[in-house]
Amino acid sequence: MSTDAATAAATAAPGAEIVRMEGITKTFPGVLALDNAQFSLLPGEVHALVGENGAGKSTLIKILTGVYAKDSGRVAFDGREIDISTPLEAKALGINAVYQDINMAQHLSVAENFFLGRPLRTAFGTVDWRRMREVADRVLAEYDIHIDSRALVKDLTVAQQEMVTIAKTVHEQAKAIIFDEPTALLANEECDELFAMIRKLKAQGIGIIYISHRLEEIFEICDRVTVMKDGRWMRTMPTAETNQDEIISLMVGRAVEDMYDRKFFPPGEVVLEVGNITTRGKFTDVSFDLRRGEVLGFFGLVGSGRTEVMRAVFGAEPPDSGEIFAYGEKVDLRSPKDAIRKRIGLLPEDRKRQGLNLQLSLVLNTNLVAYDKVSAAGVINLRKERAVAEEFREKVGTRTPSVDQLVRNLSGGNQQKAVVSKWLAAESDIFIFDEPTVGVDVGAKQEIYKILEALLREGHAIVLISSYLPEVMGLSDRLLTMRNGRISGQFARGAYDEEEILRAAAIE
Amino acid sequence: MGKQSMRGMADTLTSARMRKGKRRLPPEATLVVTIIVLAVVLSFLTANFLTTNNFYNLVRQTSINGIVAIGMTFVIISGGIDLSVGAVVGCSGILAALLMKDHSQGVLVACLAGVLVSAAVGVVNGVLIYHGRVPPFIATLGTMTMLRGSIMLASGARNIAGLPRSFSDFAQQDFLGLPNLFAVWVIIIAVAWFITRMTVFGRKVYAVGSNVEATRLSGVDLKWVYYGTYLVCSLFCGIAGILYASRLRSGIPTGGQGYEMDAIAASVIGGASLSGAEGSIAGTVLGAIIMAMLRNGGNLLGIDPFVLEIVIGALIVVTVLIDQNRKAKG
Repeated sequence: MSTDAATAAATAAPGAEIVRMEGITKTFPGVLALDNAQFSLLPGEVHALVGENGAGKSTLIKILTGVYAKDSGRVAFDGREIDISTPLEAKALGINAVYQDINMAQHLSVAENFFLGRPLRTAFGTVDWRRMREVADRVLAEYDIHIDSRALVKDLTVAQQEMVTIAKTVHEQAKAIIFDEPTALLANEECDELFAMIRKLKAQGIGIIYISHRLEEIFEICDRVTVMKDGRWMRTMPTAETNQDEIISLMVGRAVEDMYDRKFFPPGEVVLEVGNITTRGKFTDVSFDLRRGEVLGFFGLVGSGRTEVMRAVFGAEPPDSGEIFAYGEKVDLRSPKDAIRKRIGLLPEDRKRQGLNLQLSLVLNTNLVAYDKVSAAGVINLRKERAVAEEFREKVGTRTPSVDQLVRNLSGGNQQKAVVSKWLAAESDIFIFDEPTVGVDVGAKQEIYKILEALLREGHAIVLISSYLPEVMGLSDRLLTMRNGRISGQFARGAYDEEEILRAAAIE
Repeated sequence: MGKQSMRGMADTLTSARMRKGKRRLPPEATLVVTIIVLAVVLSFLTANFLTTNNFYNLVRQTSINGIVAIGMTFVIISGGIDLSVGAVVGCSGILAALLMKDHSQGVLVACLAGVLVSAAVGVVNGVLIYHGRVPPFIATLGTMTMLRGSIMLASGARNIAGLPRSFSDFAQQDFLGLPNLFAVWVIIIAVAWFITRMTVFGRKVYAVGSNVEATRLSGVDLKWVYYGTYLVCSLFCGIAGILYASRLRSGIPTGGQGYEMDAIAASVIGGASLSGAEGSIAGTVLGAIIMAMLRNGGNLLGIDPFVLEIVIGALIVVTVLIDQNRKAKG
C-alpha cells in the first residue's frame, strides 16, 4: 500500500463513510472510461474530485447517481453494499447532483419548483399552495436566500437559481450532494454566498462531492481532494497537505510553472474605438479602445454589462447611441454580418447555445462564417471546405478522430477550439473572447492561452472578458472593470492590484 | 449520424481508438434493407408485385407524394414544419386547370402560373415565420386554411375536367421507358440532393435547424434561409400539384388533402428529426418508397386499407423509437 493510500485510509474510517466506491471499472465501446477507480466520502466533508476532461470524473459520478451501470467494482452507501441502477434509486437513498446547467421549470414559481412532480395537497386533494409557499420560504430563509418563493424562476439570476436548486436538494433529505462546476456561471461575490451555503450543509453532516476546474476554490472550500487521470485514481489527499502545483502535475502528468505565462508584444495602432455607447437598461457611456498586439481585459461581476457591451460592438444587439470606429473609420454595425465584414469575431460566453451548431460536423462549424471562401456562385468546393476544417483543426489542436465528427461529441475544451477555428477561418482580425475557459479543463485552457498568444504575435487584437480574476489579470495588457453597466476602473498591467480591481468591480 | 456520446468524456483515449474502429453504416442502410426485404416478401406472396405493370403503378403513385416529401424535408431540416404543402398541391393544380379551361390559357402558361403562385405561398410562409415570428406550425396552418378556402371559392367546389390532351397525357406517358412522373421525381431528387449536399444554402438550412442564434452570430442572414427553405418546399409542391392534375386529368378542389402527413411520415421514416438539423434527401426518398410499397403490397394482398393505415402509423412510431434508442445508447 502506498503512503498516499495510507493517508486516505487514515483520514477515512471505513464505518463512518457515506459513500465508498472501490475497484470501479467501466468501458464504453472502444473506451476504457474508468479503470479500477476508487472514491470515498465522509459525512460533513467537502471532497474535491479533479482531473482533466476525460479523466473519468463524470463517469464516476454518473455511476454513483445511477445514470450508468458499472462493469465491475463495489459501491457502498452508509456501509451497506448497494447496486444503484436508476437516478431515482440514487435520489431515494439521498444522493443528489446539482449540475452546471440548472434544470428548473423556468415558467413556474420557486415554490412550485420546490415541489415539482410531488406537490403538497390539501385534504380535498387540491394543490396546497399556501403550505408549499410556507415550506419553500422557510427553507430559503434557513439558508439566508432572500428570494420570494412566488417569484418565477426565469426572473432569477443564475446564481439565485443555483441557490434555490441546492436548497431544494437539501430539503429532499440529501445525504450526499454532488456539485458539478457550481461556480462556472457565478461571479466572485456569488461564489462567496455559495461557499457559505456549502459550509452550512457541511455543518449538518451532509457529504459534498465538489467538481471544479478552479483549483483555488478547492483550497478554499474542500477538505480532501481526489485526483483522477485517464480513468484511474491517482491520489486522495487532505487539501491542507497539498498545493495547486502538485494537483496539476498529478492531473496532467507534468508540472505547470505558471498557467498564465505569456509573451507581451509592443502594442500597435488602434483598431477599434468605442465611444460612449449606451443601451438603455444595459450599459451607459461605455468607451474604450483596442490596439493591435494587446489583450484588453474586461472584468466585472455577472450582470455588470460586459457581455452586453460586446454583443453591441458585434452588432448582435446594436447600441441605442454612441459611436464605433473600426480601423479609424466610423462604422455602423447593425448585425453580426456587418461586424464580420469589419473582421470582428465574437466567441460568445455560452458556446453551446451561441457559439456552435452542436448537431453538425466540425467541417460545417469551421466554415459557417466564411462559406464564400470555399464556394463559387453558392456551390461548395467540397475538397476546399474539408481542407479548411483540417487546416484549422491542426492549427488549434482540436482533438477529434475526424473533421466529420459532430461537434456535440467533442469535450468542452475541444468545442471551444472549434469556435476559435471558425473565427480563424473567417480571417478575423479583432477577437472578442467572452469567458473562453469556462468549463474547460486545465490542459485545454493552456492551449487556448497559447492560441491567444499566437494571435497577438500575428498582430491581431483581443478583448478578453472573464469573471475569473487571476485569468484576466494574468493574460491582459490592460484591464477595465465594469459595474452596473458602466466602466468603473482602468488598470495598466504594471499596476494590477487584485484588491483594487475587485473593489472597482464590486463596490461603489 | 454516428453518435458516440462518450467522446467528450474520454477524449484523448477515444481519439486513438476510434480511428481504428469500424466505420458506421450510413443510417439509410437500414431503409434499403427494409425495402429489399419488403420486395422479396411481396414477390413471393403475390403474383402481381413483380410485374412491369405494377412497378409503373407503384412509381406513379409514389412520385407525387415523394416530391412533396422532399420539400417537407427541407423545412424539417431547418427545424420547422410546413402544414400547407397539401393545400399548395391542390392550389397549383386547380389554378392551372382553371386557367386552361375557363381562361383558355396555354398549357405552359397555366403550369407556370400554378408553380409561381405556389412559390409565392412559400415566401408568405417565410415572411410570417421570420419577420412575424409566427411559429411555423401556426403560420402554415394559417396559409393552409386560407388556401383551401381560396381553392373552393375559385373552383366553386367542383372538379375542373376536360383539360387539353397534351396536359393530361403527360402523367400517363413515359420518358426513356420510365413514367414521366417518375422522371420528374428523379430530377427533383437530384436537384434537392445537390442543394443539401453541395450548396452554401443547404449548409445554412442545416445550421438554422441546429441552432438559430449561433447561426445568426456567425453572420448568416437568417431572412434568406427562411425565405429559401419555404420557397423551395412550396415550389416542389407546386410542381407536384401540376403532376397531380395531369394524372387525374382534372383540377380537384380537395386535391393534396392529407399530403402533409404523408410527407412528414416519409421524412421521419427517412431519419429526419422534427427538432431540426437531421434528415437527408436519400432517407426521405427511401421513406416514401417504403410507405408506397406497404400500401401497394397491402392492396395486392387484399389487406383492408384501414388496417394498412394502422401499419403505417405504427411504422412511424417504431422508426422513431428505434432511432431514439440508438441515440440513447450512443
